[in-house]
Amino acid sequence: MVEQVSVFLENTAGRLAQLTRVLGDAGINMRALMVADTSEFGVVRIICDTPRRAAEVLDRAGFGASLTEVLAVEVPDRPGGLADVLDALQSEGINVEYAYCFVEPSGGNAVDILRVEDPQRARLALERAGIRLVDGSDLYQVD
Amino acid sequence: MFQPESEAMERSALEALQVDRLRTTLERVYSAVPLYRQKFDEAGVRPADIQSLDDLRRLPFTVKDDLRAAYPYGMFAVPLRDIVRVHASSGTTGQITVVGYTKGDVDRWADLMARTLASAGATADDIIQVSYGYGLFTGGLGVHYGSERLGATTIPISGGNTKRQVQVLKDFGVTGLGATPSYALLIGETALEMGIDPRELPLRFGVFGAEPWSENMRRQIEETLGIVAIDIYGLSEVLGPGVASECLHKNGLHVNEDHFIIEIIDPDTLEPVPDGEMGEVVFTTITKEGIPVIRYRTRDISRIVPGECPCGRTFRRMQRVSGRTDDMLIIRGVNVFPSQIEQVLTGIPGVAPHYQVVLTKRGVMDHVEVHVEVAPEIAFDEVKALEALRRTVAQEIASALAISIDVKLVEPKSIQRSEGKAKRVVDLRNEGGTA
Repeated sequence: MVEQVSVFLENTAGRLAQLTRVLGDAGINMRALMVADTSEFGVVRIICDTPRRAAEVLDRAGFGASLTEVLAVEVPDRPGGLADVLDALQSEGINVEYAYCFVEPSGGNAVDILRVEDPQRARLALERAGIRLVDGSDLYQVD
Repeated sequence: MFQPESEAMERSALEALQVDRLRTTLERVYSAVPLYRQKFDEAGVRPADIQSLDDLRRLPFTVKDDLRAAYPYGMFAVPLRDIVRVHASSGTTGQITVVGYTKGDVDRWADLMARTLASAGATADDIIQVSYGYGLFTGGLGVHYGSERLGATTIPISGGNTKRQVQVLKDFGVTGLGATPSYALLIGETALEMGIDPRELPLRFGVFGAEPWSENMRRQIEETLGIVAIDIYGLSEVLGPGVASECLHKNGLHVNEDHFIIEIIDPDTLEPVPDGEMGEVVFTTITKEGIPVIRYRTRDISRIVPGECPCGRTFRRMQRVSGRTDDMLIIRGVNVFPSQIEQVLTGIPGVAPHYQVVLTKRGVMDHVEVHVEVAPEIAFDEVKALEALRRTVAQEIASALAISIDVKLVEPKSIQRSEGKAKRVVDLRNEGGTA
């Protein structure tokens, strides 16, 4: 499992810019950022080098930040990479709440972040399908 | 029912009894309490003018400040030698108010509290633990005398020392509990920490009051303790506990109308409102001897629950108190109390009990948007969950206020905190605040 920083944001002009500035000023480097939004609010999900510190820094700056445990898997950066992962979950009847991906600059592999209903069952299903799970320590300093 | 001959009385007989007792009370206070004589004279009304319940509205109100100004004994209607007990309430502003009871008052109070316990299902076979505080506060002794009057085995443990409360609850085979709702919950949680599951104990019911609580809290108490939780109502100025109580149907609190006349008034116009409409609760005591009160404004907000109760009691029911008059709004002609919103929010996990009501005009209609903070301690990473939360909040507030509203979720701690009275309402209706 890896820790994702989740932030509830109102849809107001400049709010996302403020958030990223707070992280930048604290020297926190983001690996991935994904925004899910409605007309009134958004949820920002961040994978970064120091998630706990990021959540603290954001809290102090007045953002409602929290840590969410998500699954991360490594797949070859090729067509069908994510489809294999989702098939493995689908065949076990495990629902995916959301997913997003980023590419590791060094390795050439992609990292898929998955939020599922039942992480324990999902882990087993992925391991059975021979898909490599990524730990927090592979992505960031465990702080 | 403890006194079915009274509690299930024909309405017409009850109303005749009320008028009779009211007139006796008025004669007595007019001659014995200088403040009432002065108030009645100023209003140009004499006790003999009051011939029916409708005439009640001609009488002046009594307020908490009257009692404060009369500290300590100024509003007693009998000589002190006839007073056998005093209680007092602190109030938030410092000055305490003192109330006195004659032997007859204590006797009637015991009956009314026996009614209250019986309406929660208690009988002489029960073992009742009284965990309300004993002392100047009316809760402990009120429940105590009622429990003894009922013939139940009474455990006068009072409040505090929660581990011992749990031990007694278990070892004494307690079947009924009297406490404030928050203390009942603490007793339940402490039991669990001690490795005792209260649901496995003989405990069957509880009578809870003396502080506002919500339906959600009731569910929590009932689930934790494995009991039926009954809401009871009272205030020392009127009697103490025993003024009104839910029955097992839990749909409003039956007011002991043979001892108290309840009115619901519009706190702005001070005129009575029809049954079913929200307003401020006003009580007139019609059997109290020590310190009768005439049209006492409680500042509590409630309404009369219309219709008959299947339990057979004919006493009208007041809805669970939903707020105080301090902050009433009129929206689309409906009286709305923002404190009701807070009550709703405390029962919903995922939001903080901080809110702001923004009123604007949409055309000629008032439009209400309630801003609610998401709770900082809950991780929100899913839009779906937030949308569901927003809908829940909107539905619960709308059903509590009986008006439709929009809800906007806002960031934690983004609503301005204030040292004094929080700025809960932003009314832009008369400032071109159209949307």
